[in-house]
Amino acid sequence: MAGLTVRYGLLEALTNVSLTLAAGETVAMIGANGAGKSTLLRSIAGLHAPVAGTVRLDGLDITGLPTHRRVAGGIVLVPEGRRLFPSLSLEENLLIGATPSRPGRWNVAGVFELFPWMAERRNRPVVYLSGGEQQAVAIGRALMANPRILLVDELSLGLAPAVVRRLYDMLPALLATGMGILLVEQDVTQALRVSDRAHCLLEGRITLSGRPRDLAPADVEAAYFGLAKGPAAGRGQG
Amino acid sequence: MVWVNAIVQGILLGGLYALFACGLSLMFGVMRVVNLAHGDFAVLAAYLALAVITGLHVPVLWSALVVAPLFGMVGYLVQRFIIQRSLDISPLTTLLVTFGLSIVIQNALLEGLSANSQSLPSGSLASASFQVSSQLSIGYESVIVFAVAVVVLVGLQVFLSRARLGRQVRAAADDQEAASIVGVNVRHVYGVAAAIAFATVALAGVAFGMYSSFDPAAGPQRLIFAFEAVVIGGVGSLWGTLAGGIILGVAQVLGSQVDASFGVLAGHLVFLVVLAVRPSGLIAARLS
Repeated sequence: MAGLTVRYGLLEALTNVSLTLAAGETVAMIGANGAGKSTLLRSIAGLHAPVAGTVRLDGLDITGLPTHRRVAGGIVLVPEGRRLFPSLSLEENLLIGATPSRPGRWNVAGVFELFPWMAERRNRPVVYLSGGEQQAVAIGRALMANPRILLVDELSLGLAPAVVRRLYDMLPALLATGMGILLVEQDVTQALRVSDRAHCLLEGRITLSGRPRDLAPADVEAAYFGLAKGPAAGRGQG
Repeated sequence: MVWVNAIVQGILLGGLYALFACGLSLMFGVMRVVNLAHGDFAVLAAYLALAVITGLHVPVLWSALVVAPLFGMVGYLVQRFIIQRSLDISPLTTLLVTFGLSIVIQNALLEGLSANSQSLPSGSLASASFQVSSQLSIGYESVIVFAVAVVVLVGLQVFLSRARLGRQVRAAADDQEAASIVGVNVRHVYGVAAAIAFATVALAGVAFGMYSSFDPAAGPQRLIFAFEAVVIGGVGSLWGTLAGGIILGVAQVLGSQVDASFGVLAGHLVFLVVLAVRPSGLIAARLS
């Protein structure tokens, strides 16, 4: 993805953002509310058309492709707020994830193996599940597409820390299947714990990039809030 | 016995209303589109059936087998190339566009086929009936229409709840964006829903043409019955639409039993009472 710029009307949500993601790698995108993290993921998924820049998959330009065709190519989003289908049962919510019919190891049985509690509640409407359970269904639904690139938007939102930790602990199992994961997260500690590389986004621009262990907490803080020296110096902060 | 007869006839008439209304209900439930040309498409289907009957010399029931699939295709194309474009602009635009379609169809029919009223020749079927008791006889025609309505509604329900494509229709009805996120081609699914709606409206149009005469301007009056059936039953619920159609049919026939001119008014009154007492309809929506 290179030089991506996205606007909402006059507001520029992303400015010249570039990043790469390799198979088997987890990249975290951290940043404050309104920094443009979700917009970034939604643009990669094809829900926002950029005014400039390109999105490439294996070198192929997919910037103009509609969302459902990108899913068929293996780019799958776990959206913020889960966005499950209330009139579908738990199992149907998983089955609809297999719409693109991509071959791979994930199917209903595989997801039930990852989340054993789902099997006996397969016919339940998803509205009766807890927030953490719904998030697990949203992940399972995305896995059903056998993604090559999994985009995860605010996994931790509205969930108890213990539940979040459990969900994140299952990432290595997913990475082992060769997919690349791009995480968007407000919970910086959690994101840095599980990722191979991290970028910090501030007001639509990447202000800091690196491996989590190379990043000094002070630098992360500065990049996150845009307070101190460096490329973000002198900018206002809301 | 007069009343029993009226109720039975009302239920059978209600089947026709349900068949007519289910397409309206489906398009609203899935795409949030109120198709104001719904009645005019039914009239157009009746004219098309007339052309098939006179052109191919086939009985009226066979003509439905030609007109319904043809209308399915028309529905898909109308959705993809006309309604979808207005949907992309705003929901309000779809009202204007379908209203425009309604006017175009009415005037095209008037221009091409004159204002003379027509009816579909149903031959011996029109008067054939079987005697249940000395005072209760039921026409084959209305039984066939009722049976078709029930088969269509049950089939549609099974399609939506069991088929892969039906699941995609429900997902797209729930949340269009989330449906595209899981790989559903929402525009295609909308086209499929419109195709089903148009095929059912074609069947209803042919049935209307067998029951009574039609002319280019007959659409909007019939559209009111479809709206009433949908609202009485509950928007977006197929069983509700069947119940709504039957309630409307029974109210109309009972009303006309009291006074011949009171039938349609009785239906409107029942509709108003339901709207006032239970605005969400008798059965809560399943699709929406």
